Amino acid sequence: MSAIAPPSAVVRVDGLTLALHTGEPVVEDVSFSLGAGEILGLVGESGSGKTTTALALLGYTRPGVTWRSGTVEVGGEQVRERDERSLRSLRGRVVSYVPQDPGGALNPSLRVGDAILDVLRAHRSGEGSPELVHAALDRVELGGDAGFPRRYPHQLSGGQQQRVTIAMACVCEPPVAVLDEPTTGLDVLTQDRILFELDRLRNEQGMAMVYVSHDLAVVARMADRIVVMYAGRVVENAPAADVIERPRHPYTRALVAAIPDFRTPRSLRGIPGVSVGVGEWPKGCAFAPRCEHAAVLCEEAVPVLADAAPGHAVRCCRTHEISAPERAESTLRSRPVAPETAPLLEVTELEARYRSGRSARPAVVDVSFAIPPGRCVALVGESGSGKTTVGRCIAGLHRPSSGSILFAGNWLIADAAARPLDVRRRIQIVFQNPFESLNPRHQVRSSIARPLRVLRRLSRRDADAAVGDLLERVRLPKRVAERFPVELSGGERQRVAIARALAAEPDLLICDEVTSALDVSVQAAVLELLQELQRELGLSMLFITHNLGVVACVADSVLVMDQGSLVESGPVAQVLEHPQHEYTRRLLSAAPTLADVAAGA
Amino acid sequence: MTGRLRFLRSTSGALGAGIVVFVVLVALFGRYFAPHDPSAPIGVPLSDASSDAWLGTDFLGRDVFSRLLYGGRSVILIALAATLLAYAVGLGIGLMAGYSRSFVDPLLMRSVDVLLAFPPLLLLLILITGAGTSVAVLIIGVAIIQAPAISRIVRTATQVEAVRAYVEAAIARGERPLAILGREVMPNILAPVLVDSGLRFTFSILIIASVNFLGLGLQPPSPDWALMISENREYISVNSLAVLAPAAMIALLTIGINLTGDGIARSLGRSYVPRTSRTVIE
Repeated sequence: MSAIAPPSAVVRVDGLTLALHTGEPVVEDVSFSLGAGEILGLVGESGSGKTTTALALLGYTRPGVTWRSGTVEVGGEQVRERDERSLRSLRGRVVSYVPQDPGGALNPSLRVGDAILDVLRAHRSGEGSPELVHAALDRVELGGDAGFPRRYPHQLSGGQQQRVTIAMACVCEPPVAVLDEPTTGLDVLTQDRILFELDRLRNEQGMAMVYVSHDLAVVARMADRIVVMYAGRVVENAPAADVIERPRHPYTRALVAAIPDFRTPRSLRGIPGVSVGVGEWPKGCAFAPRCEHAAVLCEEAVPVLADAAPGHAVRCCRTHEISAPERAESTLRSRPVAPETAPLLEVTELEARYRSGRSARPAVVDVSFAIPPGRCVALVGESGSGKTTVGRCIAGLHRPSSGSILFAGNWLIADAAARPLDVRRRIQIVFQNPFESLNPRHQVRSSIARPLRVLRRLSRRDADAAVGDLLERVRLPKRVAERFPVELSGGERQRVAIARALAAEPDLLICDEVTSALDVSVQAAVLELLQELQRELGLSMLFITHNLGVVACVADSVLVMDQGSLVESGPVAQVLEHPQHEYTRRLLSAAPTLADVAAGA
Repeated sequence: MTGRLRFLRSTSGALGAGIVVFVVLVALFGRYFAPHDPSAPIGVPLSDASSDAWLGTDFLGRDVFSRLLYGGRSVILIALAATLLAYAVGLGIGLMAGYSRSFVDPLLMRSVDVLLAFPPLLLLLILITGAGTSVAVLIIGVAIIQAPAISRIVRTATQVEAVRAYVEAAIARGERPLAILGREVMPNILAPVLVDSGLRFTFSILIIASVNFLGLGLQPPSPDWALMISENREYISVNSLAVLAPAAMIALLTIGINLTGDGIARSLGRSYVPRTSRTVIE
């Protein structure tokens, strides 16, 4: 449409509209194109239609979704109006797919080599030699071990599994690959490795890739061009560097502002409101209800996607009226702690094990640190580093095998149930998964009132009265009290979980990966809330996370854990800017940041 | 129809519930409409259906229709009592075993495995041989047969819930295990348990019917569907209705409960598909 496809384009999507049987559009008027060897980043929050669009490139629509209008051309072949049989011949040969969850996508009863052979046999009749399998695995650097093709998926790590699915996607050397959040759920170092492999494949095979992700930082590193989607429509389509450095659409701007970044730290701003679902699109611009620049005009008609600059299309009727926001830059926090203040929490030589069958595997080895009152200490590490176990030991959910924990000068008993009421009240924990942290059978009121009743011994009436205030404290309307968790979004649930922790009036709040399951804009809002609460209430926090960008925005000091031990600790500014330990340096260089905009794209 | 009655929206749920309500009403209140005394002969044995005896007479000349109206209450009430008792025991064992992380779990489960190893009918027959025939023995016997499988289902469901973050939050608050099980775990395992309970009830009915049929449960001349089948089976070629009518009632009840269970399972929207009730002779 606006960006006229160059003659060499291997992917052309033109006016793609997909709708539910009931007529509500899921994806509307999506157009883009990309040439050989290019990577296009498809970005948006959950429900924005990015995966639906990507799957249309493979001629696949989810059950209940139909193709309304528009064309998709991949590798010179039309995708629409093909029967199942000819679609099968297209998939894998012309366009291949790398799924989000490799563990679920690989057949657990099929050896890795056989899975790759299957792809070859499907497209090159009879031609499926072990050499080709080996070559495919070699491309993703899994060819070193001759026994590798005979392994089963469960014998591989998450990163290896994902590389196998990439090998499957590349084995027939298709000109186009669709990657659906291929590194979400992987550790930073593993993600770095996969991104590196993908980049190499692009360069060596000239493969064009459509990279679907909600993580703008990852996309910034990989993509040449970024398409931002909101509520099923493209709102911005521009070269990657322009999207990151000169975003034009208010939504893109908000998205960029919501990404925590440790290279260029700034105060985060969440996007107010929630994203609209399918079937609730307003008449005009879908983002208008959340947009700070919204005018009457915005609510009347859907704006057209128009070039704001050459090659930079924006769907906003006020593009030329609104100016770029000032960057709210800030510096890393480094509040000095007065040396005489006694720490609130002091962990000394903590050791913990996990029992697996008969043997016990060490999870935490000789960890010592202290949290001064009113400060936020971040505990950073990859999955399996033991960071969560440290938090669980402090919360009384895991019994340490040795070492001591002092809380406000007193020994902390290992079992939560054996701790005095006052200690249980003063230490609270918020869990990672907002979908599991609230009991689905209890109303929000009941979930929040429970700690008030148990830990603060309030009467039923007083507890119920306090619930409304707690909800307002986490910026939720009082009426949420009557809701059940299923009726709330992930971000709202996490706010309720925070309110439940605050109900106890704690001194120490343990936050265990509280934002890792949330969309970036929601993450920003939750982080903003936690910072405000910390200021207002003088809370001390242990913030457990794998995301260094998040660390930069909330923490005063950092502890870095690797394989159960602390490898580095210090004030945030010092550790992030002058890392001493080799592992910290690797972690920092692997973490994607907005500064990584694909060089020379 | 919202909330708990949502399952009535599905065809199988509505049909099943209709059948169950019909059979239960007949079993509980049918006797007040019986045209004859169920124990008194009214004519020639094994006569065909007539305007006086709608389903003919049985081998002693008693009215089959009246006996049918009387014969459901015993089996349904005994089955209900046995199933409730089985649930009380099974839920207790399952919750304890599923929540405990110590020796309690293997201890309870291995004991349960021993009980599961006996063929159910054999277990009941041994019990009846030892303790004699009475309604209490029947109820306890059926409950012993049912409880192990219930405890296994409850244990598995409890294990899944016990590691959820909201349970951990309760542990961190220092709540007592009983409070956690009652408040956090129970409401969440109720759905699979409810779906399963229909099948358990059906199975209880089938066991009791089998025992009655074998002549080890209720004794003649009490009117009972299973006993009616047993008494009249030799004469099925003369008046087949005397056997088929009570058999149809048991079959209807079983099918109705199964359909209701399907409907509930579907309305819960979970991938919880109950396995079909085990046949008595296995």
